[in-house]
Amino acid sequence: MADTVQFDLVSPERLLTSVQATQVEIPGSEGDMTAMPDHAPLITTLRPGVLKVFSAEGEADYVVTGGFAEISADSISVLAEQAIPRGDVTAEQFKKLVDDATDALAQAQETYVNHPGMVDDAAKLLADMVAMGDVIGHSAN
Amino acid sequence: MPSLKDLKTRIESVKSTRKITKAMQMVAAAKLRRAQESAEAARPYTERFNAVMGKLSASIGPSDSAPKLLSGTGADQTHLLVVMTSERGLCGGFNGNISRMAKAEAAKLLAAGKTVKIITVGKKGRDAVKRDFSDHFIDHVDMTEIKNVGYVDAQSIAAGVLSRFEAGEFDVAKIFFSRFENVVSQIPTMQQIIPAVFDAPADDAPEASFYDYEPDEQTILADLLPRGVATAIFSGLLENGASEQGARMSAMDNATRNAGDMIDKLTIEYNRSRQAVITNELIEIISGAEAL
Repeated sequence: MADTVQFDLVSPERLLTSVQATQVEIPGSEGDMTAMPDHAPLITTLRPGVLKVFSAEGEADYVVTGGFAEISADSISVLAEQAIPRGDVTAEQFKKLVDDATDALAQAQETYVNHPGMVDDAAKLLADMVAMGDVIGHSAN
Repeated sequence: MPSLKDLKTRIESVKSTRKITKAMQMVAAAKLRRAQESAEAARPYTERFNAVMGKLSASIGPSDSAPKLLSGTGADQTHLLVVMTSERGLCGGFNGNISRMAKAEAAKLLAAGKTVKIITVGKKGRDAVKRDFSDHFIDHVDMTEIKNVGYVDAQSIAAGVLSRFEAGEFDVAKIFFSRFENVVSQIPTMQQIIPAVFDAPADDAPEASFYDYEPDEQTILADLLPRGVATAIFSGLLENGASEQGARMSAMDNATRNAGDMIDKLTIEYNRSRQAVITNELIEIISGAEAL
């Protein structure tokens, strides 16, 4: 069994990292998961959260705001909508993320009066965003 | 025959034109490097995205339950053309090529009895398209204020397109942009974004049904398809950005060279007429002396 797996994290604007990882913690939309080498092939969507990559160089954390991950036995690709190294997230950046989510919720409440599902989704996005802030030490206010 | 003074002013004016085009060429070269880098940085995402979507759409197949963004509305009547050009001119055939291609497509669709709606991104394309198809022009996205194209810009354009799609305003959407090949060649390209078209996975790729999906395939597809529209627009915008600077660079290079040729030609003419004037004066002096 291989003890590492090729891990790529890409956002639409650039390739953030490409390393041989021993394990990756992914904030899946239906719950966190840890993917290790020889994982069963899986495609999952992401929720806002912290992505942790363990490799020979140690642990690297990234804040992702959504997107999806493709996991196969020998490679893991995370295609994030936005991805920022955890240390680089500033208070303003985080505030903007929360504000955007709040706006999206307000807009969903307005637009989808008859689709409670869409409003719930937007509310969940905001809740996830705020929860993520607690993890990385930024307050939503 | 222009006078010596006229020639001199013309040479001066061509010289300052050459200075301007030279400067524009160098600015374009510097911007090109940046635009090319960001276009290349965005490619991994697009490639992987399309690979995953290819697998997903192959596994769902053309079933009735497939989302409309993938399977289409079932009709082929109304076409939306999104024409993406630059905000500025002086870049050779760049804008002309894109809008010519879009206009040809629009004319073809109209001849086939379809309805055509046009959205433009970038001022130059709007001017060109409005001239011939002002009845079909429905919206314009202004990019003047945006210096570096970000994913959010593509997302907002995509959101506009998607809301029109949901409102049933069109059946098929295509984007027009210029693919950046290298500095001298940019290829105007038409890409269909709704219904989405993805390359089928290669034969040696692992079977699509092999994958587990979390949540289920339908939900993932519904989540990813709108993102696919934004991704396609984003990569179109970036390719366009690099193409624009490349086209401008070679156009300005040509202009600089032309100005140089013109200066040479004018200088020769100037020298000849100067000599002619001197010869004339000599003749006058000599014939004056002989008359004495």
